[in-house]
Amino acid sequence: MRRQLQTMRKSLFDQGYLDEQFVQLEELQDDANPNFVEEVVTLYYRDSGRIILNIEQALERKPFDFNKLDAYMHQFKGSSSSIGAKKVKAESTLFREYCRSRNGEGCMRTFQQLKKEYATLRRKLEAYFQLARQAGPVETACRPK
Amino acid sequence: MVLLESGFSSPRNDAFPAGLRVLVVDDDPTWLKILEKMLKKCSYEVTTCGLARDALNLLRERKDGYDIVISDVNMPDMDGFKLLEHVGLEMDLPVIMMSVDGETSRVMKGVQHGACDYLLKPIRMKELRNIWQHVFRRKIHEVRDIESLEGIESIQMTRSGCDLFDDGHFLGGDDTTSGRKRKDADNKHEDRDLSDPSSTKKARVIWTVDLHQKFVKAVNQIGFDKVGPKKILDLMNIPWLTRENVASHLQKYRLYLSRLQKESDIKNSFIGMKHSDPPNNSTASFGLHKPMNTMPDDVPNGTYSFPVNNSLAQSVDHKGQGDRNGIASVPMAEPKGALSKDIPESHKTKSSQMSFDHSLGSAASGVSFASFSSTTPARYSWTEVPEIQSIEYEPMQPENGFNQLPLPEPSMIEKEVNRSRTEVKPLFDEYRSNLVEHSSPADLVDLFPVQSKNQTLKNQVFDPISATKSSIKTKDISQNCLADSEFAQRNLNAAGIGVTLASLPEDLQIFWLQGDGYPMNIALQNFDFPEYNDPALIDETPFYLYDTPRLDHEHLFDPTEYYAIDQGLFA
Repeated sequence: MRRQLQTMRKSLFDQGYLDEQFVQLEELQDDANPNFVEEVVTLYYRDSGRIILNIEQALERKPFDFNKLDAYMHQFKGSSSSIGAKKVKAESTLFREYCRSRNGEGCMRTFQQLKKEYATLRRKLEAYFQLARQAGPVETACRPK
Repeated sequence: MVLLESGFSSPRNDAFPAGLRVLVVDDDPTWLKILEKMLKKCSYEVTTCGLARDALNLLRERKDGYDIVISDVNMPDMDGFKLLEHVGLEMDLPVIMMSVDGETSRVMKGVQHGACDYLLKPIRMKELRNIWQHVFRRKIHEVRDIESLEGIESIQMTRSGCDLFDDGHFLGGDDTTSGRKRKDADNKHEDRDLSDPSSTKKARVIWTVDLHQKFVKAVNQIGFDKVGPKKILDLMNIPWLTRENVASHLQKYRLYLSRLQKESDIKNSFIGMKHSDPPNNSTASFGLHKPMNTMPDDVPNGTYSFPVNNSLAQSVDHKGQGDRNGIASVPMAEPKGALSKDIPESHKTKSSQMSFDHSLGSAASGVSFASFSSTTPARYSWTEVPEIQSIEYEPMQPENGFNQLPLPEPSMIEKEVNRSRTEVKPLFDEYRSNLVEHSSPADLVDLFPVQSKNQTLKNQVFDPISATKSSIKTKDISQNCLADSEFAQRNLNAAGIGVTLASLPEDLQIFWLQGDGYPMNIALQNFDFPEYNDPALIDETPFYLYDTPRLDHEHLFDPTEYYAIDQGLFA
C-alpha cells in the first residue's frame, strides 16, 4: 500500500499537478501535526471555493469588472500557491492576463479550464489522503514517539 | 536550531533567535496555517492574524510584545503597505511583506514603505529562518541612537556640574575654540556617528550636557513644532557647531523623546492645555505658518509633507472653507512613507491638523496651531514641556472645542491641495520612486507658493505635520484627511519633500538617510500624545486613515465637530 501511495504521489508531481511547495508542506508535517498536509489542503479547498464562487458571480455580471476579477484571481492564485497546485496556478495566471487585456472571452474560457483542473486536483488529493490514512499515519516520518 | 548550532551568539541571550516573537498577518487562512507551522519549526513564537486591523490592535495592546511582523500585501480590510507604515511608525518594528506578486514595482513600493524584506509566495521555510536578522539589525541601530541620547539625558539628570564628564570636553568656552572633532571616550556620544551615518563626514560633535542643555533650551524657546536646526543653531550661538550637527542631534532628540513618551504618561499636560485664547486670524495663521517654516530641517523623515502646511498656513488667513484642508495636511505625511516608513502617519496627522485649522477660519487656524504645538512640546517631558505647551496654545482658539484636532478648514487647504493635486500627483509618484533622488523639487516648490524660503518650507512641512498628527485627537479627522486626501497628501508630501530637498539638499538628504523612521516615531508620539488619555482614538485613527477609502470617513467623524472636514475632504 505504501508503494501504491508513493506511486500516486509521484504521478501527481510528474503530471504537473503539484509542485515543490507540496513537498514543503510534507516536510512541515511532524508528530505535532501528523495530518498537516491534509489539513492544509482541506483548508485550501474550503477557502478557495469561496473565491471561485465570487469569481463566478462576478462573471455573471456584464460588463465584466476586470479589476475585480483580477483581484479575486490574485487572491485565488496566492491561495493555490500555498499547496503547490501547479496547474491551477497556471490557469490563474492566464486568467489574470486576460483580465489585464480586458479579454472577457479569454477570461471565461480560462475560468472553465481552471475549475476543471481545480476539481481534478481535489479528486486526486482526496484519493491520495485516503490511501495515506489507510497506509498508516505519517508515512514521511516513522519515528517512534 | 541551526542558527544556534552554528555558533551564532546574540548579545542578548543565547537562545536568540529562538523565541523570536513573530506576528503574521494574512487574510489567506491556508497561508496563515502554513506560515505558522514554518515559523514554529524555526523555534519562533508565532501569533497569527487574519485581519490587518486585528494585527494593529494586537500590536498596540502589547507594544513590546512582538519582535517582527510579517504581512501579506493584499488584504481586504487594509492595504498591506498601510499596515506596514503604521507598524513602522507606531511600533518601529521590522516588517516583512509577502505576496504572490513579485512585480518589481510592488517590491519597490514595499521597500519604499519601509519593508525590510519582501518575500514571494510560495514561501520556503529557509526564507523564514533568517528573518531574525532584521530584528537584530534594528536593535543594534536603536541601541546606538538611544544610548547617545540617554547619555545626554542621564548626564543631565544627575547633573552635578562636572562630575559626569571631564571638564575638558564639557562644552564651555574651550570647546568653541577647539576644532569640532572631539573624541570623547568618557561619554557615550561616541556612538553618535553610528546613528548619523550621513553626517559622519562632518566632524563629530560631542553633545555634552551643557551643549545639550543649550540645545534643549533653544528648542523650547523656538517651540518644538517650529524648531529647525537653523533656528536652534542661531539660538545656541555656538560658533563651531554646524547646522548638520544640530539637525542630526535634533533627530535623535525626537527619537529619544518619543521613546520617553512611550514610557511616561504626559497626557495630563496636554489635557491641561486649553484653547481658550482665541487668536485672531492673523495670529493663528501666523502661528501655523511659522512652525511650518522651521520644521523641515528637523524632521527628515516625514516632514516633506509640510510644504502642504505652508499652503495651509497661508490659506488660513484667507479663511476659506475649503474641503481639502485635511487633504493638504495629509499629503504631507505621505511622502515620508517612501523615505521612512514610520513617518507617514505622523505627517498625515499634522497635515490634517494644519488643514483643519485653516478650514475653521482664522479661529480654526489658531486651534490647529495650538493643538499641534501643544502636542509636540508635550513630548519633551523632561524639557519643560509645559512651558512649550502653553506657548503653543496661545494662538489656539477653542472655538471648535477640539483641543485635539483643529477643526478642519478644508476649503483652504483643499484649494491648495486641489490646485496642486494634479500637479503633485505625478510628482508624488515620481517622488515615491525617487525618494532618495529628490525628484523635481522645483516643481514641488511651485506648488506651494507660500513658502518664502526653502528653509521655512522645510520646517513647516515637517513640524506641522507631526504636530498635526499628535494633536489630531479625533481619528476621524485624520482619517478623513488621509483617506480623502491621500492623493493630495502624497502629492503634497512629494511636493514638500521636493521643496525641502531643493532647499536643503544636504541636510535633508542626511536626514532622510538617517530617517530610519525615527522621526516618524517621534511624530507618532506626537500624535499619541494628545490622545494619551485616549489611546483608542489614536489607534483608530490610523486604521481609518488607511481603511476607509475616502468615503467612509463619514461615520468616523463626529459630524458636529468635523463638519468642515466632511465637506472639505470628501467633497
